[in-house]
Amino acid sequence: MKKDRWNISSASSVPLESGARVAVVGGGPAGSFFGYLLLEYADRVGIDLSVTTFEPRNFAGIGPASCNMCGGIISESLVQVLASVGINLPSGVVQRGIDSYVLHMDVGSVRIETPLREMRIGAVHRASGPRDLKVARWASFDGFLENLAVVRGATVVRDKVTELHLDGDRPRIVAGGRPPQAFDLVAVASGINAATLKVTGVEFQAPKTTKTLIREYFLGEETINRHLGTSMHVFLLPVPGLEFGAIIPKGDYVSVCLLGNDLDKAAYDSFIGAEQVRACMPAGWDPQKNSCQCAPRINVLGAPQPYAQRVVFIGDSGSTRLYKDGIGAAYRTANAAARAAVFHGVGKEDFETYYRPACERIEKDNAIGRFMFGMTGYVHKSATLRRALLDMTRSEQRRAGERRRMSAVLWDLFTGSSSYRQILARTFHPAFWGRLGYNIVRSSVTARRA
Amino acid sequence: MATLGKEYADGELIVRQGESGDCMYVIQEGEVEVVIMRDGQEIPLAVRKSGEFFGEMAIFERETRSASVRARGRARVLTVDRRQLLSRIEEDPALAMRLIQDMSRRIRHLSAELARLKSDGPG
Repeated sequence: MKKDRWNISSASSVPLESGARVAVVGGGPAGSFFGYLLLEYADRVGIDLSVTTFEPRNFAGIGPASCNMCGGIISESLVQVLASVGINLPSGVVQRGIDSYVLHMDVGSVRIETPLREMRIGAVHRASGPRDLKVARWASFDGFLENLAVVRGATVVRDKVTELHLDGDRPRIVAGGRPPQAFDLVAVASGINAATLKVTGVEFQAPKTTKTLIREYFLGEETINRHLGTSMHVFLLPVPGLEFGAIIPKGDYVSVCLLGNDLDKAAYDSFIGAEQVRACMPAGWDPQKNSCQCAPRINVLGAPQPYAQRVVFIGDSGSTRLYKDGIGAAYRTANAAARAAVFHGVGKEDFETYYRPACERIEKDNAIGRFMFGMTGYVHKSATLRRALLDMTRSEQRRAGERRRMSAVLWDLFTGSSSYRQILARTFHPAFWGRLGYNIVRSSVTARRA
Repeated sequence: MATLGKEYADGELIVRQGESGDCMYVIQEGEVEVVIMRDGQEIPLAVRKSGEFFGEMAIFERETRSASVRARGRARVLTVDRRQLLSRIEEDPALAMRLIQDMSRRIRHLSAELARLKSDGPG
């Protein structure tokens, strides 16, 4: 029982004591960040913990069996946060630094560059590469994070956790077909794409999800340098159910990612056949000859209560950001859970008080994100609006020193570098609406004359 | 291409003494040299290596840069924006811990240096 400095116990708090055994279910970014940060914070306050990560996959492998299936973008904000805490992503893991993106619409394209022209977004593969990889030139991002946690003191067991029992005084897990093992804390970071983890003894409502489509294509480094460079290419095209699509250049491969509402093969074919998409790729490119493909589910509404007594659900298993920066959200939830556990306790009320607010911040921000992506529906419907948006952004990119209001909104919206609340706040400036209004009128007049 | 940050050539200036700053820097690869100009003379202060940061005073105070920093050999450096970092520290104060630890280590080093200079000095 936790005692304050007057030696008075708090009935509801359950402190994590030296010698405690911690299980992390899943060794993706959320699980590895959690293991690493938990051990880091425990060391600061002088607690010795035993942390075991249960992860059946070997990230050094290739293809979906070794992969956590996502676009593989490390956002600008996460790159900076990691650097600030001493985690620098090595060039053997970052396959390409991204310094700009190109927005493609049916009315034209515009390149948006960062003011510093610095590579601050990392493109990575979650496994060592797609399933047809011959020579691994870059290491797995998830493997790099897993190793960070191991160096910090975590142990990795290559077993799959199939059951989590919460009906005793300590949570018990079943892994590798062995009898249940009790732990003082279990962090569930198995995501939403692994086969369902059976949870008993607590009513856990899983996050709501939607399906995305990802395909990898081998083009070779030189071809990618020539055609896509260090830009991420984002497409706002009138494909049913599609919020947006992206082509992300990596080392020798490009990842094509489609985000939206339960996208199917017809949506993919429609997207990949669009002239704007074909124009970015080399002549003779065959979209059917993909190297690897997956249709992972992404979390669109977090778990209502991502914690219980001595149990916390982190990353996609708890809350994540809508459409963007899932790895950044994994860091945030893992960090909040690790701080709550070490500095406050692992009881249900400890997580309620010190972990829940982090998830609520993400979910509230996602509500703003849903509104903002809803607005892209108007952009899809109105050619005038699309031209105005394009003209305003082009004009900003041409003029050095000018406040790039629309460029900043689009950059943050598509790269996930800022919260949706911060992006919305950028649009509140009268100059933003003044310039957009001017461009709408101009675009409308030009269209009538034509 | 497989890099983060910005590359600087040997001797290229990254930070200029006296300029205002709104970011700190984290060295991704290579080394940088910190120098201070005093009475027209250049005084070398320190060498920072891969993984270390510099320019962190700009995160906490709104003073001009107290020293110049230039690449020592080829160096690759990542900038961390003040506003971005402070808003994350507001959300998670533990994020400032590494900065505090490093600044504490530097104060310890400077104290030892000061003590050495005083003991070596006249009188």
